[in-house]
Amino acid sequence: MNIIVLMKQVPNTTEIKIDPKTGTLIREGVESIINPDDRHAIELAVSLKGDYGGKCTVLSMGPPQAIDAISETLGMGIDQGILLTDANFAGADTWATAYTLGKAIKKVRKYDLIICGRQAIDGDTAQIGPQVAEFLGLPQLTYVGQVEHIDGKRIVVQRALEDGYERTESPLPALITVIGEINKPRYPRVDFLIDACKEKANIKIWNAADLGVTVQEIGLSGSLTRVIKTFSPKIKREGEMLRGSTDEVVNLLLERLHRTHLI
Amino acid sequence: MGISIDRELCNGCGRCVKICPYGGVTLEDGKAVVNERCTACAACIDACKVEAVRSDIKEKEIPDFSDRKGVWVFAEQKDGAMSRVTFELLGLGQTLAGQLDQELSAVLLGNKVEHLTEQLGEYGAQNVYLAQHKLLDHYQTNPYAKVLSELIREHKPNIFLIGATAIGRDLAPRVSMRLDLGLTADCTELTIDPDDGSLLQTRPAFGGNVMATIKTLYSRPQMATVRPGVMEARRIDGPSKCRVTGKDAHLLDKDTLTKVLEVVREKKSGVDLCDAKVIVAGGRGVGSQQGMECLFSLADVVGGEVAGTRMVIEEGWLPVERQVGQTGRTVRPELYIACGISGAIQHRAGMLNSRYVIAINRDERAPIFEVADWGIVGDLHEVVPTLTTAMKGRKARQGI
Repeated sequence: MNIIVLMKQVPNTTEIKIDPKTGTLIREGVESIINPDDRHAIELAVSLKGDYGGKCTVLSMGPPQAIDAISETLGMGIDQGILLTDANFAGADTWATAYTLGKAIKKVRKYDLIICGRQAIDGDTAQIGPQVAEFLGLPQLTYVGQVEHIDGKRIVVQRALEDGYERTESPLPALITVIGEINKPRYPRVDFLIDACKEKANIKIWNAADLGVTVQEIGLSGSLTRVIKTFSPKIKREGEMLRGSTDEVVNLLLERLHRTHLI
Repeated sequence: MGISIDRELCNGCGRCVKICPYGGVTLEDGKAVVNERCTACAACIDACKVEAVRSDIKEKEIPDFSDRKGVWVFAEQKDGAMSRVTFELLGLGQTLAGQLDQELSAVLLGNKVEHLTEQLGEYGAQNVYLAQHKLLDHYQTNPYAKVLSELIREHKPNIFLIGATAIGRDLAPRVSMRLDLGLTADCTELTIDPDDGSLLQTRPAFGGNVMATIKTLYSRPQMATVRPGVMEARRIDGPSKCRVTGKDAHLLDKDTLTKVLEVVREKKSGVDLCDAKVIVAGGRGVGSQQGMECLFSLADVVGGEVAGTRMVIEEGWLPVERQVGQTGRTVRPELYIACGISGAIQHRAGMLNSRYVIAINRDERAPIFEVADWGIVGDLHEVVPTLTTAMKGRKARQGI
């Protein structure tokens, strides 16, 4: 079974701080990690390879340093990495990103299953999986929490919904997006990691010309949407601190609740 | 198409070969030749000293979308019951359609769901596009995407809003790619740009640390998914005057691609935070599962529900359906009482739309106070029971 995993290197958002003066992100010193949901996608790919044989390819679009994340996936047991990197890929919205990834998957050609994490923690869109599936004309199964059955021709999964789950079957090839509940990702193996960081590691680097696309179709120029403004979330509140003994502050509070007709 | 070389002018200097980042130009017989690796990036144009590089690449123009009319919302239903988010989308849609002076339509897909059109009218739809077919009975990606795409092609709406639910986030990106439409995910604020009438789509990114406002420049309808629980549902005054526009769904079994074998609806524990008028929420400061008890007593007296931060859920002090925040529920009660919650951005993202917020925390510098109407610095294990007793006394005096 040949599997392609789509992976994104992301800043660890739990460490992100905002510059209080400018309202912009402070990115310095923030570590880059494999997107958490994508780790589960990698684990699923590697464990399916263990059961059924075949080859796992990880595909990622990002800056040149994203190769570190690809090396880590090779450490987890992925056979081959492909990094899509090109200054002209930068600034892509989800449409342009899915288009670029889709072109690369067409170039890889041989696959039975594409696995994505549900969503990336920097953008939280969850759009790339379905968009890539549509671009390739593949059936999609999103929010997969369990793979019940898989063989060369079909896959049966449990898809998590807000109020339960559904069991769905799809022919292969197909694209699935997985949630964290599906498995516990393994740690990279040190010997694999050492190999992955060597010159001869199986990592390909492709640019726009390798995909046969024009710069008008990709990155910011290919995007249909534009970010016109970013700002830090602000909310206007009365912001009144109530002071005094416990009895006093509770009385002050009741007064205010009464005044605003809450009680 | 793209880049070409005027062989008459080319002097074979090779500057273009050197500057091309892709190996898209080579020298053959002393003249530059563009090959299939050219990406039309135009780096060679400036490099050429004799102006031998020709380009027919046009600057991307923003098309004229003035013929696009109508605000659409996707009417999500499950087992013949309308999802709450549909009414929220209609509430938002009323505002947007009103500002643009355009019609508000709901798009209802299903099987034997005519009875739901009335309700859509009561919540503001002026028109319902109704497509019914046995293959639309239970949501499946491809049949839904197919019918929706046909409807969009036929009627060319201006705005299309979908709930950012499990169904909406499966469906919307599929349609966006099929019709080459820009799509903004999980918006928490949508307004009309007074300058050009376009849709300003605002959403949190980086785990809620940053808000981004996005515009759809090059495609219509302007398409966005909207976070459930953020917008307000509004019934219209007076009777509904909604009309129904039928749509024939031409679907074959092979259109489904996937096959739903079984749907398992897990029993709800009866808690729906989205319904609660008052929420008493606890954080790390509660200290233990026993510590939660005073929160339940207060919730009891005020007729509210108890909720918690991610940490409280992870510690097992409360079940997961009571989690508020970026990875839990988004709530908008009349009153949110935050007890022992420091107010991490991820938690604040889930309760920002509460009408009034009370914060009780021992640490005066806790960020929760920045989003509170009334702040009390103190031990919640003293303040909450005192507040509970005082509320009880008040109710007794009022004879409730």
